[in-house]
Amino acid sequence: MTEVMTQQQAPPVQRARRRRPWYARQGGKRRLITTVVLIPVCLIWIYPFLWMLSASVKPNGKVFAGLGLFPTKWFFSNYSDAWKSAHIGRYFVNTLAVTVGAVIIVLITTSTMGYVLGRFSFPGKKLILGVLGALVFLPQGYTIIPILDLVTALHLTGNLFGIILAESGTAHIIQVLLFAGYFRQLPNELEESATMDGAGFFRIFFRIFLPLSKPVIATTIILQIIASWNDFLIPLVLTASQPNLRTLAVGIYSFQGANATNYSNMAAASAISLLPVIIIFLMLQRHFIEGIAGAVKQ
Amino acid sequence: MQPAMTRLTRTGGTRAARGSLRQRMWQARWCYLMMAPGLILVGMFSCYPMIASWYYSFFDWDGISAQKYFIGWQNFRDLVHDHYFWSAFGRSFWFMAVATPLELIFSLVVAILLNDRALKMAPIFRTMLFVPVVTTTAISSIVMSFVFAAFNGPVNQALQSMHVINKPIDYLGNPHSVMWTAIGIFVWKWFGQPMIYWLAGLQTIPQEIYEAARMDGARAWRQLISITAPMMAPFAVIITLITAVGNLQAFAFMQALTNGGPFFSSEMMELYIYRMAFGTASTQRLGYASAAGVIFGVAVMVIAVIQILALRRLRSNSSSGMATR
Repeated sequence: MTEVMTQQQAPPVQRARRRRPWYARQGGKRRLITTVVLIPVCLIWIYPFLWMLSASVKPNGKVFAGLGLFPTKWFFSNYSDAWKSAHIGRYFVNTLAVTVGAVIIVLITTSTMGYVLGRFSFPGKKLILGVLGALVFLPQGYTIIPILDLVTALHLTGNLFGIILAESGTAHIIQVLLFAGYFRQLPNELEESATMDGAGFFRIFFRIFLPLSKPVIATTIILQIIASWNDFLIPLVLTASQPNLRTLAVGIYSFQGANATNYSNMAAASAISLLPVIIIFLMLQRHFIEGIAGAVKQ
Repeated sequence: MQPAMTRLTRTGGTRAARGSLRQRMWQARWCYLMMAPGLILVGMFSCYPMIASWYYSFFDWDGISAQKYFIGWQNFRDLVHDHYFWSAFGRSFWFMAVATPLELIFSLVVAILLNDRALKMAPIFRTMLFVPVVTTTAISSIVMSFVFAAFNGPVNQALQSMHVINKPIDYLGNPHSVMWTAIGIFVWKWFGQPMIYWLAGLQTIPQEIYEAARMDGARAWRQLISITAPMMAPFAVIITLITAVGNLQAFAFMQALTNGGPFFSSEMMELYIYRMAFGTASTQRLGYASAAGVIFGVAVMVIAVIQILALRRLRSNSSSGMATR
């Protein structure tokens, strides 16, 4: 897996040769224009989120009062209102539970499949890879009715397991291929020496290979956190008759349907649900972008 | 591809490759066992629904009563005469056809600008442009429905204060403007994803080629045409495929932004399926919705397969071109 991120370091030779400041170098004028154009574009890009944060600490009547982002008085009560009376607290816990459950299951399924597909050849390997690849293009609208029926038949509608299993059961081809690619390039000696010591197939995987794949594990975890936090149709349909099992996306969507004019509480609720993913993304950006970029390279 | 069989000492070693199919499968039993959890889950929640949808589509079924009535192709026949179905179907593909090129072209331009080692702010720009992609789709759509609110939404306020418009526009409440506004917001939301794809592709081009071109006196524009464009062509096909198929599946985005309104004027295929299947308790038609889902699913798969075949052809052409050289 190649690094996507290392753009900054120019080779030392070049640096020594060019002593001129960056704007006077070749293409410096172009870079200056790029910077000047992109700064306002990027600010507009994140303005909706800044606006949301600002609206979340304003009284409801003042949300649309102007374009300014800094409120004169801070109303943090919007957050406690949203947390309690809009049940955002419960939705938050539900979303957390679904995310943790899906991360654990997806980590197990993708790492084991990646290990086997990356290091061994066996009848049916191409078929499995082909099916997993094709399933990426499967629209959720096509599968959602049987999924609901299946979850009902398994008697999983009364708890969060139905959502967790349904989310884990979509094809995670990118993660599988990342694991496969990583395990493929590890040396054979690892297995050979472990086999000498009498370790079995599963033991070799869990004791030796899995701990070595930390970078891919990190990528898989963050991709799944964002996917679970983002998922909408499956929890919407599976919790239709059980409001107390709603996730944040579904809960806030239903809250908006019922309280269309409570803008400041809506903004606070949105901030509560968006900030964790944004913070996780900013902290683990490198792993996430590697995972996304992995989709194209495979 | 790899000498994996020799590694498989525990399950039979190199001899395994020569055995019969059944022998080889038995020797690889640990492989299958280890993949079982993943394969069972995918089978249950991805493969089974694909087939079950076909089965349901032949029934008249309201989802509440246990009774299902087999009605053959009647659901499909009804769909053909359903005006809402065809407009949702057409709208989904129109949305894909308009949003995909916008997204791809803008993101390519920005990726080329950001793929510049000397641009100090590039990582910051990239992060800021990428933030909407990681945010929860349904919630960012709700936030954007406030930002584009009809009367005092920030967009209307900004445009009015700059005297671009003199009275507020109801972007999302007007059947004529709702789809164009939605496409704008959609491009804002997902722009970062193809940008990262393009950047990943651009970084596979060795810097030495550009160095050599610069030595020969090639300017930036010339380098773009003669180096970047041909080397990005294989990436362009796969990026177009992923983006186009993804743009057909905009349920969370549209449902939270407009609910398909006003007057169903922004109802796309998956919203239609949802409304038919779960919309109001009294009119649930799961068999009918399954039939719509089957048609849509098959259409998406056909588009994907066509593009994959195009990709294959392109790749084999370029590699045979290399071989003859």
